[in-house]
Amino acid sequence: MKAAVIVFPGSNCDRDLAVALRDAGFDVSMVWHKDTGLPNGVDLVGLPGGFSFGDYLRCGAIAARSPIVGAVAEHARRGGHVLGICNGFQILTETGLLPGALMRNRDLKYICRTVPLIVQNATSDFTARYRDRQPIDLPIAHHDGNYSADPATLDRLRGEGRVAFTYAVNPNGSQNDIAGVLSENGRVLGMMPHPERAADPSLGGTDGRALFRSLAGCLAHA
Amino acid sequence: MKARVHVMLKDGVLDPQGAAVLHALGALGFDEAKGVRQGKVIELELEDGTSEARIGEMCEKLLANTVIESYRIEIL
Repeated sequence: MKAAVIVFPGSNCDRDLAVALRDAGFDVSMVWHKDTGLPNGVDLVGLPGGFSFGDYLRCGAIAARSPIVGAVAEHARRGGHVLGICNGFQILTETGLLPGALMRNRDLKYICRTVPLIVQNATSDFTARYRDRQPIDLPIAHHDGNYSADPATLDRLRGEGRVAFTYAVNPNGSQNDIAGVLSENGRVLGMMPHPERAADPSLGGTDGRALFRSLAGCLAHA
Repeated sequence: MKARVHVMLKDGVLDPQGAAVLHALGALGFDEAKGVRQGKVIELELEDGTSEARIGEMCEKLLANTVIESYRIEIL
């Protein structure tokens, strides 16, 4: 079970993500953004949080055009799994691998706190170890997490069960309280909250652990 | 040659920054301000003869996120 964590200039959750993935049983390699290919046999690609390229132009915009992202998109097209957290979610919307966009928070403030969420889809490869409608707490840390999409896209996401997580109390103005969305084939997940920051009791929470264990459970049988 | 690209949020997309600027103008007594939309201006220095279509490609691929933004190209 192999995972690759992509490192951009300005990534700052890459090592946390690697620790959480290793804890769940993944063999993790770190891949620099200028590389053009992923290591052989990678099952899962992680796009970490941070401030890639200083958030210049738009959050995730420049990272989405970096050399490695072509290989990540190809991996996704072949049905590979991709997890984008925070800045990684912004990168996934900028590449078009996930619909919608992440705009400035409703109150224009950077928000860094643990927030209550609801698991809306507990059947995906990323969420199978949660219960349907399970309330969980995960940290958020973002200035641009206000999920926006046109009404038709929002209807489709809801109808197809592609909203993985919602905020129990909307912190940032996201439409339909959306905190995380899945791709059409369910193998690409983007989310603003940080499960990797809640995967060890010494860091104050373990509600994120089930996500990595869900993935490990699914990919171990693949 | 030079070109200027104006990037704006599409109509109907909420603009929290514009709303904050409008609020601040009101606080300063500029009651005639009824709406503010904030965008960005990108100036490009280009090889002479670069076509507008080519600049349009730059906008589509990078300069604007067409999910939420529209753009206008001005050749200078």
